[in-house]
Amino acid sequence: MSILPRSSSTHFSMHHLTHLQRLEAESIHVMREVVAETENPVMLYSIGKDSSVMLHLARKAFHPAPLPFPLLHVDTTWKFREMYAMRDQVAREPGIELRVYRNPEAIELGINPFTHGSAVHTDVWKTQGLRRALDEFGFDAAFGGARRDEEKSRAKERIFSFRTAQHHWDPKNQRPELWNLYNARKHRGESFRVFPLSNWTELDVWQYIHLENIPIVSLYLAAERPVVERDGALIVVDDDRMPLAAGERPQLRRVRFRTLGCYPLTGAVESDADTLPAVIREMLLARTSERQGRLIDQDSASSMEKKKQEGYF
Amino acid sequence: MANDPDAIPFEVREYLEAQQRKRLLRFIACGSVDDGKSSLIGRLLYDAKTLFEDHLETLQRESRRAGSTGDALDFARLLDGLTAEREQGITIDVAYRFFATEKRKFIVADTPGHEQYTRNMVTGASTADAALILVDARKGLLTQTRRHSFIVSLLGIRDVALAINKMDLVDYSERRFAEIRDEYLEFARHIGIGNVACLPISAINGDNVVDRSARTAWYHGPTLLEYLESVEVDEDRMQRIPFRLPVQWVNRANADFRGFAGLIASGALRLGDPVRVGPAGTQSAVTRILDGDRDVPVAVAGQSVTVCLRDEVDVSRGDVLSHPDSPPAVADEFEATVVWMHEQPMLRGRSYVMKIATKTVAATVMPLKYKINVNTLERLAATRLEINEIGVCDLELDRSIAFDPYEENRTTGAFILIDRMTHQTVGAGMLRFALRRSQNVHWQALDVNKVARARLKGHEPCVLWFTGLSGAGKSTIANLLEKRLHARGQHTYLLDGDNVRHGLNKDLGFTDADRVENIRRVAEVAKLMVDAGLIVLVSFISPFSSERRMARALFADGEFLEVFVDTPLSVAEGRDVKGLYRKARQGQLRNFTGIDSPYEAPESPEIRVETTAVSAEEAAVVILGELERRGILAGA
Ligand SMILES: Nc1nc2c(ncn2[C@@H]2O[C@H](COP(=O)(O)OP(=O)(O)OP(=O)(O)O)[C@@H](O)[C@H]2O)c(=O)[nH]1
Ligand SMILES: [Mg+2]
Repeated sequence: MSILPRSSSTHFSMHHLTHLQRLEAESIHVMREVVAETENPVMLYSIGKDSSVMLHLARKAFHPAPLPFPLLHVDTTWKFREMYAMRDQVAREPGIELRVYRNPEAIELGINPFTHGSAVHTDVWKTQGLRRALDEFGFDAAFGGARRDEEKSRAKERIFSFRTAQHHWDPKNQRPELWNLYNARKHRGESFRVFPLSNWTELDVWQYIHLENIPIVSLYLAAERPVVERDGALIVVDDDRMPLAAGERPQLRRVRFRTLGCYPLTGAVESDADTLPAVIREMLLARTSERQGRLIDQDSASSMEKKKQEGYF
Repeated sequence: MANDPDAIPFEVREYLEAQQRKRLLRFIACGSVDDGKSSLIGRLLYDAKTLFEDHLETLQRESRRAGSTGDALDFARLLDGLTAEREQGITIDVAYRFFATEKRKFIVADTPGHEQYTRNMVTGASTADAALILVDARKGLLTQTRRHSFIVSLLGIRDVALAINKMDLVDYSERRFAEIRDEYLEFARHIGIGNVACLPISAINGDNVVDRSARTAWYHGPTLLEYLESVEVDEDRMQRIPFRLPVQWVNRANADFRGFAGLIASGALRLGDPVRVGPAGTQSAVTRILDGDRDVPVAVAGQSVTVCLRDEVDVSRGDVLSHPDSPPAVADEFEATVVWMHEQPMLRGRSYVMKIATKTVAATVMPLKYKINVNTLERLAATRLEINEIGVCDLELDRSIAFDPYEENRTTGAFILIDRMTHQTVGAGMLRFALRRSQNVHWQALDVNKVARARLKGHEPCVLWFTGLSGAGKSTIANLLEKRLHARGQHTYLLDGDNVRHGLNKDLGFTDADRVENIRRVAEVAKLMVDAGLIVLVSFISPFSSERRMARALFADGEFLEVFVDTPLSVAEGRDVKGLYRKARQGQLRNFTGIDSPYEAPESPEIRVETTAVSAEEAAVVILGELERRGILAGA
């Protein structure tokens, strides 16, 4: 090993970085690489906890400059009302450019989870919607808040995940990704999905939100909410578009969410955790994964991989 | 996680503080195909009680339906997350899993054993601190065991646990264990892996994974989890070595703010420190350090920061900041170790895009010194590196960079090579040392230069690079054009593929490697002629874009004009003036462009001639017009 430098750093006592500091630095490094190496990046903003962390990290990465890319919300019109309120609030903050995209085809066909089922709803609003949005705006790199600990096929994905001009992911033929040297080269029309939070776990995300005081929607905290049971999942009736069976009456139950999506497709969990520390404590005791509450993932055993290949996040 | 609730500290703040103090260990599982890597990691996650109930239920359901383990749980399925992997029962790409125990946090990369997917193993290994190498107790050390061990050692991983797995299938034999252990220790010594621990394991039964096994009473070493919880995490080392900050991005937030953003690769930086900008060598001092949006007095390896300097020095992406008294070396020629990762072999003379830290340069492969037989560690003479091979070669860059040998610094000494045409990552490498050769052969500065010579000629010198299939019409058009230029009193020279192959290049054949060398020599000759002030016409099939790009890189902007003589294969073959296509079709000629060797058409040539639309004479006139338009010739 080389000789120690004679400079001041010889007298320097070791600073131990915490696990979260390392994760934070890695995520910021990824974001800066994208900005340096791609032409037209965008950050997908879904209003969930991971998006909130990602946005917080992006602000740090480019401070004191404003974000060098816009945020994009691929809307399905079926999110929780509180999510829309939060999104609109973020959009009003200085230095933030937020675009909302609703797939015109889905609007025209009136796609919704009740008439068309979760698979069609997700495909047309989210998968097709995202592809069309990226094409229309000509984005060549899109940040997403997905983490490898979420799901088996995510655990296989690169941080810089290459997509063909048709937005396909080829899981059997991913580019090698060594050290922190990311290859962002591509031909016209091809693009990258980039996952700065790849190495974060659900617990890391909650700890970081707690430590950094990051605003999140209160749906993550327990409260009395009107709930109906569908296929074993607790669905919060967020507005009057939810068709109820004859005699079915929403019941008030103390619930919260571990993950957020379209309200008719997102299962709540019974919980008393109404503060962040309580949420973290509950996480430590949790016996099920956060994705369990997502109805869309249960359509088939390898549904996530298939959706991803087709261009879903 | 499915821990015992009583064991969890309920005071959350206390718990969070404990979490903050935990060290992180990143490790990989590697070794030959089917030796049980995924099963062992799955078992480890299970025995360490880190699995969620719904994941366990899925595992039980799937094991019964499709697993390879009868009634027992098929733990590999926890890791093999792709459909193709579960169908074939093998791992194709790395899976990253996260878990924590009371003592540590872990990120494990489960990598594929199959030789075809070695590049994915290298991906997993590049970020690991320790390696878990598996061996099937029945089979012992295999080529892939050695290849993976060798890669692990090349990448600088110092701690290795050899998991001698499937002990259940050799009756937990101590003798068998000792045989494999001794053979491995000998091999590890040769490749320079210092710290090896050998563990007798059965992934299926969980022997010595988390719980000590009664079936191996003769074994007194640690269980796998004990090993992982105690192996040294060497993160302090990065703070002790000299400071390096590869600049990622220049932050120009406003007229008053200019900051240099990057991840500190090593060492530490404090306010007021003098810094040096490599490779230029300019100096300044640190006036601000921003950690996110906070001003801090000091920052260390592993932090992403933005640094402001006292002076208006020129700093851009790719530069490396250091302390002035311990700067990185600066060079443009290196010896490097390369792991090749693509079906298209690495060829001498070919130019690749090289990314090292935040710098991107062009790198040309000079002679390959040798490749390494991973079984015997013999050095073999070689002219090319095939997929999954490891070799040592010289690399010549198009400019000087600041670097450190990989042994000293993993960030400023590691690089990837990217194919110019496909943009694929084709190789990974580690810089060993700079070659001083270029500094010894000094460039002779001459008083009569290109500009002076061109002035006498009455035109701008340039090269017209005709590319196209055999029989496309390159030589015909080039010949007609030269006649017209000559008639106008211009000084020209025509380098024709066939003619050059009779003399200068008569030692070269038609393999990919020889074709690259063929083009390299011709490009260099053309360059000398352009330097002499001539209009040079080069008529070569030159089928590969990367070589044409290499040729282009030798010339100044606007000097190199690619002329694509675009003739469909069917038309060229129909003409078959020299009867070569017929021979190629009959198999008498090998590696014939268009038949059994590819032609990569130019994407954006300066001039394109469609011979199905214009005659050769018309084509010559079009090119002449283009030369006037570009100011190479004065208008007639
Ligand atoms: N009897 C026995 N079988 C085992 C043991 N460990 C793994 N196996 C079996 O060996 C086979 C291969 O296991 P995997 O875990 O898929 O092997 P791998 O090393 O991950 O394979 P690749 O990733 O494809 O290289 C499976 O059928 C396992 O059930 C063990 O300790 N004992
Ligand atoms: Mg495996």
